[in-house]
Amino acid sequence: MAAYILRRVLWGLVLLVLVSALTFVVFYVLPSADPAQLRAGRSASPETLAQIRESLGLNESLPSQFWTFLTSLMLHADLGYSYFSGASVGSLLIDRLPATLALTLGALVLWLLVAVPVGVLAAVRRGTWVDKLTTGGAVLGISMPVYWLGLVALYLFSDDIGLIPLLPGAGAYVPLTEDPGAWFAALVLPWLVLASTFTAVYARLLRGNMIEVLSEDYVRTARAKGLSERRVVLRHGLRAAATPLVTLAGLDVGLLLGGAVLVETVFNIPGIGSLSYDAIVNADYPVIQGTVLLAACFVIVANIVVDILYAYLDPRVREA
Amino acid sequence: MSDAEAVLRVEDLRVAFDTRDGLLQAVDGVSFAVARGRTLGIVGESGSGKTVAATTAMGLVRGARVRTSGRVLLDGEDLLGASPERLRALRGATIAMVFQDPLSALHPLLRVGAQIEEAVRAHRDVGRAAARARTLELLEHVAIPDARRRRDAYPHELSGGMRQRAMIAMALANEPRVLIADEPTTALDVTVQAQILALLRRLRDELGMAMVLITHDLGVVAETADEVAVMYAGRIVEQAPAAELFAAPQHPYTWGLLRSTPRLEAAVGADLVAIPGRPPSLLQPPSGCRFHPRCPYVRERHREVDPALEPLAAGPDHRVACLLPEAERQALWARLAAGATPEQARAAAAGGSEEAAR
Repeated sequence: MAAYILRRVLWGLVLLVLVSALTFVVFYVLPSADPAQLRAGRSASPETLAQIRESLGLNESLPSQFWTFLTSLMLHADLGYSYFSGASVGSLLIDRLPATLALTLGALVLWLLVAVPVGVLAAVRRGTWVDKLTTGGAVLGISMPVYWLGLVALYLFSDDIGLIPLLPGAGAYVPLTEDPGAWFAALVLPWLVLASTFTAVYARLLRGNMIEVLSEDYVRTARAKGLSERRVVLRHGLRAAATPLVTLAGLDVGLLLGGAVLVETVFNIPGIGSLSYDAIVNADYPVIQGTVLLAACFVIVANIVVDILYAYLDPRVREA
Repeated sequence: MSDAEAVLRVEDLRVAFDTRDGLLQAVDGVSFAVARGRTLGIVGESGSGKTVAATTAMGLVRGARVRTSGRVLLDGEDLLGASPERLRALRGATIAMVFQDPLSALHPLLRVGAQIEEAVRAHRDVGRAAARARTLELLEHVAIPDARRRRDAYPHELSGGMRQRAMIAMALANEPRVLIADEPTTALDVTVQAQILALLRRLRDELGMAMVLITHDLGVVAETADEVAVMYAGRIVEQAPAAELFAAPQHPYTWGLLRSTPRLEAAVGADLVAIPGRPPSLLQPPSGCRFHPRCPYVRERHREVDPALEPLAAGPDHRVACLLPEAERQALWARLAAGATPEQARAAAAGGSEEAAR
């Protein structure tokens, strides 16, 4: 197992180099705004532009630029500096990570807390109104785009433009260390919006898994033993039906930590997602590269964690 | 068998499933009884209703789409009408079941020992340590070598035979009065099959259980059962003490089963003969005798008249549902047993009856 994990980690590193090369190529090959032009402003003199190009290292050949980036990253853990603000990319990422972390993990807890009981109940009460309601709700949840739902939530419940001003709206985010109460209140709407789609997907998936598992022979065995229905469903049924869900949750969290771009943008939360969005708008290559690498990192780590978790949950995988 | 003796008594059991294509009558008026220390073999092809009959008796077939009637009496108590709580208390305690494929019947993610412990604790108010000790005792009782280590194994880590032994240990956790074994050896190697059957016989005798052994394999029944019921299309078509059934089978379907089973003592060169055709659809069972579309000896009348399961004149313990005259059946089986094909037997029997007519 240890050797396997080591191999996966090494592959992950190779993958990260490939991802950064790809990001680099895409940024320079595809037409985008000139970073120097953006930085200099509209009426900059050619001399100023040339000077900016010089200072950002944009005059050098593309391979040499990439080499510089790669070596400083490998040797000094240095992701470079934003073309736009001049701040170090590393510190920008560290500043923005807590908000994304809070948004993602809070939403995860929320969607699991709702989806698991709902999915189990819908499977056990298959065909009844509970099932129909949840299946219908799931379709609705999956169909609503997050950015639209986010705006609707703001128009309905935010305390500035909402019809029923209940909760702080966009731009209300404050760091946890500053004011925990305000932090929590500001995150309630984003959590609900982000969790809605996932809740729908997970509840549906769990319902399907559960229905399948409950018809398995080993569930019949559990009943034949004289176990209570509750124990049959939760210990024997859910134990098997939830395993694929754990895998999915790991991967989804990995993806979201790379930036829940839409929700962060709609609610103006200073996280990784809004950082990358701004970086793209500003053609801020070092920041784009940084956010892409961070996202790739999370996805790779999530994959490894999921594999380990799966081996823990399913003994049959351990030997394979 | 008198009422007093029977531990499990099934009377006129009918089970139908309400499917999209109509009502599927899986079990259609089945009755049998098993006494303490005795084994009833239920034999039939897949889809003959034998598993449904057994799982219904266990109360495992319930639901909005299931229609059940008749009685399943366990020590005189009707299980079909029992409340879910009462059934739960009986299942695994008084009546237990061993399933066909132990790999799919054991939970793949839970340790074997934990699954047996659970069976113990479902019916006994004991702590975890006591349940674990009992589990070890059970695993040793079903002759699992190195039981202490096997207790902590997962099902996939055991061989097929070990898994079935563990399954049996689980069923025996609370020393049930009735054990239903549904094709307990079908998923196993032939050598292991014999071991498992021997184990079941030993445990039946030690614990004095009444056993219902469901199988498609007459060989399994011959070794283990005291009485045999042959099922076809949801009904019992022949029922007799085992020795009697093998010595003088009465139903053409039983003949087909016997002739399609390889036997050591069969005449050298005797071919195995498959029963032609397939089991009928239970959504629209055939008119008259349900076996008539596959029966080589069918008469016009058999397509309309539905035969009842009736005792033979020779012995009331032997019952058969067949419209052929008893004397003719004897003549047919005598020729089949001598190695004749159904066609030859039929021709000879026809000749014989013509002679008799003259």
